[in-house]
Amino acid sequence: MNSTSNTPSSRHAASHRTMPKRELVLFGGLALVVLAVFATMGPAYSTRMLVEASCYAILALGLTIQWGYAGQFNAGIMGFVALGGFSATFFSIPVNHEFWSSDLPGRLGWVLLAMVVVTAIVFGISRLDRIGVPKLLRTTLAIVAGLVGYLVVISWLRSVTGDIESQVEFIGGLGLPVWLGWIVGGVLAGGVGYFIGHICLGLRSDYLVIATLGIAEIIKAFLKNSDWLTRGTATISPLPWPVAEPGDVGFLTARALYLSVTVVMIAVIFFLLHRAYHAPWGRMIRAIRDNEVSAAAMGKSINRRRQEIFVFGCILMGIGGAALTSFNGLFDPQGFLPLNHTFLVLVMVILGGPGNNLGTLFGAVLVYVIWIMSGPMALAVMHAFVALGSHWFDWQPGNLDSRALQARVFVIGLLILLVLRFAPRGLIPEKVAHHD
Amino acid sequence: MNELIYFFNYVVIAGSVTGCIYAIGAVGVTLIYSILRFAHFAHADMMTLGTLAVLLLTLAFPHAGDPLGLPTAIVMLPVGMAITSLIAVGIDRAFYQPLRNHGVKPIVMVIASLGVTLMLQGLIRLFAGTGSQNLYVDARKEIFRIDVPGITRPIILTEPQIILFIVTVLAVVGLHLFLTRARLGKAMRAMSDNPDLARASGINTKLIITLTWVIAGSLATLAGTLLSLDVAFKPDLSFFLLLPIFAAAIVGGVGHPYGAIAGGFLVGFAETLAVFNWSVLLRPLRDSLPTWLELPNNLALVGTEYKIVVPFFILIAVLIWRPTGIFKGKVI
Repeated sequence: MNSTSNTPSSRHAASHRTMPKRELVLFGGLALVVLAVFATMGPAYSTRMLVEASCYAILALGLTIQWGYAGQFNAGIMGFVALGGFSATFFSIPVNHEFWSSDLPGRLGWVLLAMVVVTAIVFGISRLDRIGVPKLLRTTLAIVAGLVGYLVVISWLRSVTGDIESQVEFIGGLGLPVWLGWIVGGVLAGGVGYFIGHICLGLRSDYLVIATLGIAEIIKAFLKNSDWLTRGTATISPLPWPVAEPGDVGFLTARALYLSVTVVMIAVIFFLLHRAYHAPWGRMIRAIRDNEVSAAAMGKSINRRRQEIFVFGCILMGIGGAALTSFNGLFDPQGFLPLNHTFLVLVMVILGGPGNNLGTLFGAVLVYVIWIMSGPMALAVMHAFVALGSHWFDWQPGNLDSRALQARVFVIGLLILLVLRFAPRGLIPEKVAHHD
Repeated sequence: MNELIYFFNYVVIAGSVTGCIYAIGAVGVTLIYSILRFAHFAHADMMTLGTLAVLLLTLAFPHAGDPLGLPTAIVMLPVGMAITSLIAVGIDRAFYQPLRNHGVKPIVMVIASLGVTLMLQGLIRLFAGTGSQNLYVDARKEIFRIDVPGITRPIILTEPQIILFIVTVLAVVGLHLFLTRARLGKAMRAMSDNPDLARASGINTKLIITLTWVIAGSLATLAGTLLSLDVAFKPDLSFFLLLPIFAAAIVGGVGHPYGAIAGGFLVGFAETLAVFNWSVLLRPLRDSLPTWLELPNNLALVGTEYKIVVPFFILIAVLIWRPTGIFKGKVI
């Protein structure tokens, strides 16, 4: 017991001693870059950028514990972000009294109840073999009951949601404090993560990538097409903030207040992660990542630990996504893009240093600043190219804005490949402590 | 009987079309997996890339197919396949091979393939825009209406669909002959079974890897072009094709080309059956039904906007009950 509690502190001391110039130089450089942005773009714009960067930092911390600590790769961050964003929206926007005063909530409640009943019946039938029903008959019965029940419930649901859309537009929100929505967003994302992890984590890691990619697209499709719940493409705005609104105290103050909220969140998460990383639990996670067989031979429950860490990561992504959506003030299901919400976070983590929290924070802020600044830059480069192109080949492409966006897609992909090739451990690599 | 013809048009034909596309795509994924041991996520974008190559060739020579009586895109297909194969081998040399030589974990290769996905997506949309384009340049899609005696509604087949079926059969038979008869095909199977043993017995593994990319690139071009001939060239299809193709490869058993074909058709038909509105078939029975059983207008299992849910749930079901796939695939 004594030795286990001593190890982290001794390693801590060791890491302090070896705390080299690298971190200081990199963070110093980053501070200079941020100051330069402040000087050129004005404080209100730069504060907005910092708030968004801090929300992305929460997402990146979520991915760094999945990918860096445990070697699980999540390609569906977008889905968890969207879930968090939906939860923040649903909890915080005002109540739609028209909806609650009609008979629609009751009908919706009945449909939900029917859903539960059908699930219970199918579950019961699937357990019939316990009392001696042949397995083939049980399976057939369960499938038929499930199919019929599903069709009945879905047609009721369609009629109720159709009425909601035609009579009251959508069901509105709950009018509760935003932070409650953030927490529930984390819980929702964690629940989906549990479902996915439960199925895929025992298998090869490729399957997790496919499944997360798929669930992200499904969550987006659901939020986009459920007009009764989210107004779909009509989008919801404005979303309340957990701090004073810009209308009351001015843009700069409100954004600075928001920034302080997210920074406190990051500090808390960072502290907890730091403790967990150096605790026996963190060591066990890394042992599983580095050598699964020997960790299993030591009696560690590999799938349980993987499950835990995957769900933790997803919870962080849900919270980060909720904070990001609330800040944007607009819930638009179509605005969740794999590029902005999955691959950008991936670049932040692998560039900063997977498994190193400090490196991840550095990567998040740096990559986000570059990302934001690259918009106008890409457009300028495009203009230059078009000038050359029309000069040499008489090439006249239209809508430069969308093409500039695609150029950024290309650059992000290239960046991923270059980092994997030339700096696989990131700019601030994970410190592996060696004990003799 | 009209309803049955409707069913035939909207399920049997549509399902076979999607099934063929998924099958050809899944064969490519599964071949790459069995030789290189990683899930190649850029496959859907390779399909788009191949289609773009064919589209550009078609735009350049819009009437090349007229003397043969075929759509120009089909005539340009071999050239497009060659170009895409070259690009695929180039991508492998530039990005995958260095990582392979470093001996990275398969999951890092997967992330690299996601990087390649983004690069290809960016490049394709940079030059082709995001709108959809028809592959029939200066030509009209021929539609055949086959009248069934005694029924008013005809069976509808289009020219690209017929070409699709023929080409799929040719590709599958060709691949089968190659894998079972040709020396290189046998070497490929040997390498997929045991790479170390294959290398020890003098098989040129580098050549096999190149060959794998050539086959994968050609098949991707084939699938992408045939799909685009049937509907249109859409540069933003990538993630929506990826999931069904991977579901097909996994359902069939990863590393198992014949399984991938079966899986492709399974996923294709499952998708079509799930979005089919079953109340159309039950409509003739409407008058004889008891009054308490009112038939809803929409009896589709899922709406078309949720089509992507179907391959996902097939994937989940297979991963739960039979992770090796129906044909007992390889390593899990």
